[in-house]
Amino acid sequence: MVDLSINIAGLILKNPVLLASGTVGYGNEISEFTDISKLGGIVTKSLSLKPRKGNPPPRITETPSGMLNAIGLANVGVEVFIKEKIPFLKKLNTAIICNIAASSIEEYVECTKMLSIEETINAFEINVSCPNVKEGGLEFGNDLFAVGKITDRVKAISTKPIFIKLSPNVSRISDFAKVVKENGGDGVSAINTLVGTAFNIYTRKPKIKNITGGLSGPAIKPVALAKVLEIKRNVDIPIIGIGGIMDWKDAIEMMIVGATAVQIGTVNFINPNAGVEIVNGIEKFCKEKSVNKITGLIGSYQI
Amino acid sequence: MYIEQSVIESNQKINSTTFLIKVKAPAIASVSKPGQFCNIKVSENSFPLLRRPFSICDVTDESLYFLFDIHGEGTKILSLKKVGEELDLLGPLGNGFNYEEEFEYGVIVAGGLGIAPFPFLLRKLSNSKNVNVFIGAGSKEKIINYGVNNYSIATDNGSQGFHGTVVELLQSEIAKYPNGKTKIFGCGPNAMLSKLKELCVHKKYQCEISVECAMACGFGICQGCPVETENGQSYLLVCKDGPVFNVQDINL
Repeated sequence: MVDLSINIAGLILKNPVLLASGTVGYGNEISEFTDISKLGGIVTKSLSLKPRKGNPPPRITETPSGMLNAIGLANVGVEVFIKEKIPFLKKLNTAIICNIAASSIEEYVECTKMLSIEETINAFEINVSCPNVKEGGLEFGNDLFAVGKITDRVKAISTKPIFIKLSPNVSRISDFAKVVKENGGDGVSAINTLVGTAFNIYTRKPKIKNITGGLSGPAIKPVALAKVLEIKRNVDIPIIGIGGIMDWKDAIEMMIVGATAVQIGTVNFINPNAGVEIVNGIEKFCKEKSVNKITGLIGSYQI
Repeated sequence: MYIEQSVIESNQKINSTTFLIKVKAPAIASVSKPGQFCNIKVSENSFPLLRRPFSICDVTDESLYFLFDIHGEGTKILSLKKVGEELDLLGPLGNGFNYEEEFEYGVIVAGGLGIAPFPFLLRKLSNSKNVNVFIGAGSKEKIINYGVNNYSIATDNGSQGFHGTVVELLQSEIAKYPNGKTKIFGCGPNAMLSKLKELCVHKKYQCEISVECAMACGFGICQGCPVETENGQSYLLVCKDGPVFNVQDINL
């Protein structure tokens, strides 16, 4: 038997595979296609204090081995989430990590406070790196002082593990991980999407209405691996590795460069059962390679 | 909803630009309704990465049919698929047409490839209702009449049938269809649907339309396919709340 369980900052996961925020909604749609209870957990779609309508279409476009999205944090808001989405999440028998996006430090604090009392929520992922809304995203993610302050303030009002989701659109991501650690954060999620764009050469117009969007998919995996490795080699903090993971081999590669757990995102759109297939693939690999505990893979790179 | 590895039974060109592919997919075929769609993975690798949405054109026994034009890399690859090859389908997705309500006359209005969802709808309607079909195309060569009988044609250049748009053609014959007893079903480019909406709202016809949008997942999680509600206050998702909408509910 392979022990796939992970303890990340006190959060126990049955295995290291999580579904990434914005690629699993609030769990209900994807459960039609997959058994969520077999996963380590899910990270819910970014929540803000009030509902957000989101950006006008077109919101997505495909690019070589990837896609650009600018959804604009469309979400139901904290109140509706508590009333209408939590009852379903409660039944899922997997870890629930709640992702929060906000346009001010106060809003991050208020959202976390309101949700902290919900037993169903096991941890928080604070999104300081959404590239697609003017306020409440990248402007925090690019500012070491703001990231530190948000971490400190949110940590102060919740006893649950706090992970900060970092932007790759910075010169040294490890500086941000360091600030998260210094301010009491329990871990970092890395990476959010990369800012990109695409234009139609005949109309000369951008292919998404927001002009720029967040690039995801297999195209960004090498960037994600490099950023996770950079954090691992410079800061002693648990990392949830995200970026371009399509199969179990990618997940293992991400753990080898330093991730304690992984999130899969874009692949859920193509194969909503991918998470479960990745868990099975990791288990098979560990058996074949006589890895008795999955934790043995974390940061096991030979450089 | 299923993820099903279907097997291609035929794949043929039916006019100058359009293909019809038939696949064996017993699970999806057994639960599909007219107006629903499948999201299809045309390759096993990362290019193209995303699935492509196609209306379920028709269902016979355990087989599904899809109509498509070559638009980009995805549909080009699909056009080259051979009999016996597998095709990865996700479906059936979305809400279909409400065709079991009380109405005497069914009117179908299709622009170009917008004919796609109607052969299946016609199969369900043909026994119980009086149905008329209006087909529009740019020119004679582009007319798609797969799966329809007794139809009227409009071409933009007048090379066959009525000279003008399909909505103008419908307008010229609208007196035949009493508005309290008629239901109109439409599918086609947004410009056409917009004109159809004007007509239906002005003359008080019940009308459902199937709309198209680029999307990633097809079942509500990517939020990539918004369509604005009539009052402009919020967005609905084409994949999950549609693709069939009451014409009065959305802004085109």
